[in-house]
Amino acid sequence: MPKLLIDGKEIEVSEDVTVLQAAEMLGIEIPVFCYHPKLSIAGNCRMCLVEMEKSPKPIASCAMPVCEGMVIHTQTPMVKKARQGVLEFLLINHPLDCPICDQGGECDLQDITVAYGGDSSRFGLNKRAVPDKDFGPLIETAMNRCIHCTRCIRFATEIAGVPELGATGRGEEMEIGTYIQKAITSELSGNMIDICPVGALTSKPYNFQGRSWELSHTPSIDVLDAVGSAIRIDTRGREVMRILPRQNDNVNEDWISDKTRFACDGLKYQRLDRPYVRGKDGRLHAVSWHEAFDVIADRLQHVPGDHIAAIAGDMMDAEAMVALKDLMMALGSPHMDCRQEGVRTGVGPRCSYLFNTTIAGIERADFCLLIGTSPRWEAPLINARIRKNYLFTGLPVALIGHFHEQGYPLDHLGNDPFLLERIMKGKHPICAALKAAKNPMMIVGQGALRREDGNIILSLARHIADKYEFVHKTKSHSFEYWNGFNVLQTVASRVGGLDLGFLPGPNGYAVGEIIQAIRRKKIEVLYLLGTDEIEMKLLKSAFVIYQGHHGDRGAAIADVVLPGAAYTEKDGTYVNTEGRIQRGLKAVSPPGEAKEDWKIIKALSERLGFEFSYNTLDEIRERLVEINPLFDEIDCVQRTQWREFGQEGVLCSDPFRPTIKNFYMTDSISRHSVTMARCTQEILADKQRVSSYD
Amino acid sequence: MKKSAPKKDRSASSSSIEDLKTFSFSKENEERVEEIIKRYPKGRQASAILPLFDLAQRQCGGWLPKSAIEKITERLGVSLIRGYEVATFYTMFNLNPVGRYHLQICGTTPCMLRGSEDLKRVCQRHLGIECKETTEDGLFTLSEVECIGACVNAPAIQINDDYYEDLTEESFLKLLKDLEAGLEVKPGSVLGRQGSAPLEKESPC
Repeated sequence: MPKLLIDGKEIEVSEDVTVLQAAEMLGIEIPVFCYHPKLSIAGNCRMCLVEMEKSPKPIASCAMPVCEGMVIHTQTPMVKKARQGVLEFLLINHPLDCPICDQGGECDLQDITVAYGGDSSRFGLNKRAVPDKDFGPLIETAMNRCIHCTRCIRFATEIAGVPELGATGRGEEMEIGTYIQKAITSELSGNMIDICPVGALTSKPYNFQGRSWELSHTPSIDVLDAVGSAIRIDTRGREVMRILPRQNDNVNEDWISDKTRFACDGLKYQRLDRPYVRGKDGRLHAVSWHEAFDVIADRLQHVPGDHIAAIAGDMMDAEAMVALKDLMMALGSPHMDCRQEGVRTGVGPRCSYLFNTTIAGIERADFCLLIGTSPRWEAPLINARIRKNYLFTGLPVALIGHFHEQGYPLDHLGNDPFLLERIMKGKHPICAALKAAKNPMMIVGQGALRREDGNIILSLARHIADKYEFVHKTKSHSFEYWNGFNVLQTVASRVGGLDLGFLPGPNGYAVGEIIQAIRRKKIEVLYLLGTDEIEMKLLKSAFVIYQGHHGDRGAAIADVVLPGAAYTEKDGTYVNTEGRIQRGLKAVSPPGEAKEDWKIIKALSERLGFEFSYNTLDEIRERLVEINPLFDEIDCVQRTQWREFGQEGVLCSDPFRPTIKNFYMTDSISRHSVTMARCTQEILADKQRVSSYD
Repeated sequence: MKKSAPKKDRSASSSSIEDLKTFSFSKENEERVEEIIKRYPKGRQASAILPLFDLAQRQCGGWLPKSAIEKITERLGVSLIRGYEVATFYTMFNLNPVGRYHLQICGTTPCMLRGSEDLKRVCQRHLGIECKETTEDGLFTLSEVECIGACVNAPAIQINDDYYEDLTEESFLKLLKDLEAGLEVKPGSVLGRQGSAPLEKESPC
């Protein structure tokens, strides 16, 4: 390992480190524009120049690998002069429009100019003018401000896997653009806004909406898919202004998906801000909390406990689900389910519904088999990891299921469940590759499980995992342990609900049976906890209590509507698809009279005459731990025991169906987002991918 | 000859826009394409992009239509924008149609000192075109280029693939007239020098 001296401090680092990284390890800051830790090195901005002894010229520290005996100086007059020169050239063509630029206040160029800029410009000629580009409904461009760092090009090419951006022309005529002006067709495109060091790429929906220094920041967790990306909620007053990623290398690295980032304007529209009760005229009337609870209590009075059912929705926090579970048990009902779309898997051991490899673990895989899934839409950040592995090691990926472009080469084996049987029996050409792989992984998607024979497919997948050693059972305690069996969940509340056992109790009904029981009048009262994805007309004959934050499908047929809080408005615990328990923080208060969800259920329980052991957030979290001790381990993934699961049986020959029809609209928040509607129109409709996907 | 905007002149170029909406290599060029691609090691076929662009430009009469960029990038498995980056980076790829004779006047210092501005004026006077314009009959396109490396015989001009050197206003005018008349012209120094060897009457210094 080479030893080098930076500013008189000695450091020993491995050979694949650059001078810039070594300096960072010592806490020495070097200004950069084009360098980004998650992208390839370009070395074209020259801002990171440092002095190296025995070198006649300053060197670009971001591109210079460390060597034994190097002596680096980062604070000499020569370095300062070199950086000042570079910055002066960068500013030659950069407009002086900071007062009207959205990047103002969080702009690298602004900050570095404070450190290295001159007091006035020596450039007397006209600045060059570059026409703005159309990058679609999410990214606003002001190409005059571009300093050609090429971060966006590298991001699109490397991380997003859509080589659509490039630098055309040369010299003074160089411009960043696309081949034909069109929206960028990536689900991660919003990250280009973050990595742009200047105001050339800014957020279109947030355009001229606010200044960075007016915003309060709350670290939280995303709930629009099951990845559980770390986010920062930026608020002004009671409004969520924007959502940005927080770095979490175990989950989302530095990125978030466009839905996570841009669907937050859906939080402003169609919100439930007061309780409603359906009157005799068939319309919903605004009432007080007391009146709403009275109506529920009256209705429940004459209903036996086992004629009540509850279904939990996709974005619910664990606290609300545990409160509702306690209420249902107190009422004497075993009929509850957190799998609203009717999937039957998830009742087995924990390893049967988790992404066991972990998201960061994908980087160690050497073969990937996708079964009935399109990670690009179901979990864009997991897809980015698969692509990362593909870029670095050429990971071979095979797919059984509906074909959808993923951003890396796919070996499409077909869309036939019987392929699984052939692979299990070793009668498929892919078997050789599976056998040869040391760390093979498979991702079983909801497209494969959300069917009548879901449990049979799960069992087949387990047999394949056993046969081809997807799980290294013997090394269960070592660092080298590998579990390549993964189920990709698509909704944020699912693993939490399964971990808490928000499932049918003894003789309890699952979602499908609840719907049938409603028709037979065996279920009279149905409690929907943020449940919006069921065919609602099947539920109409029951007395429906809907608790949630949006006036969406559930509220439309409800008899009583209880206004809850969206994920930005409550402290909640969520478990992502890996089984990672994470906590989101409250950024703003819920609108109007809406309350945090577990508190509503708790208050209703009290009105119904039940006493629970918890009154505060801490106490209900103790209750979580009581039900499942895993909830004590925040931010980490517990290794699961590999056990038997699934069910033997006869496969159905229907092909796997795609899980998501429209990436931009999957839940009650994104369905009410204007930005997401625009994306659907401009990005999907343009490419006519919606129709091809159906 | 009247000057006109380059756009109108597209139809006058040797292959019209309509023909090039769907570009494909001619039969004999197709063989050369195969041969060019074979020169590169496996997995490095993308490197063939420059020779293929050049071949396509020659086939299209001196310019590279977008359809050719699309065809070639698709064939080499390169994304469209990467091909477009290459085509816009290299100034010798013409992305708009050019006349049969592409007059590339060197405007860099030695040629300029030796009178390249005068040559440009000849074009303006005689052909009625400015830089980046094409004559109405589609014979000539004028461009100013950076140093073409013939400073010893400045001023020099490149017409398609050939250099014409030691030009004066008169000799350049004659050259243009000869080209218009379809006469054969001799590349190299118009003074008849061999390379940049001294003329016989000049004594070596």
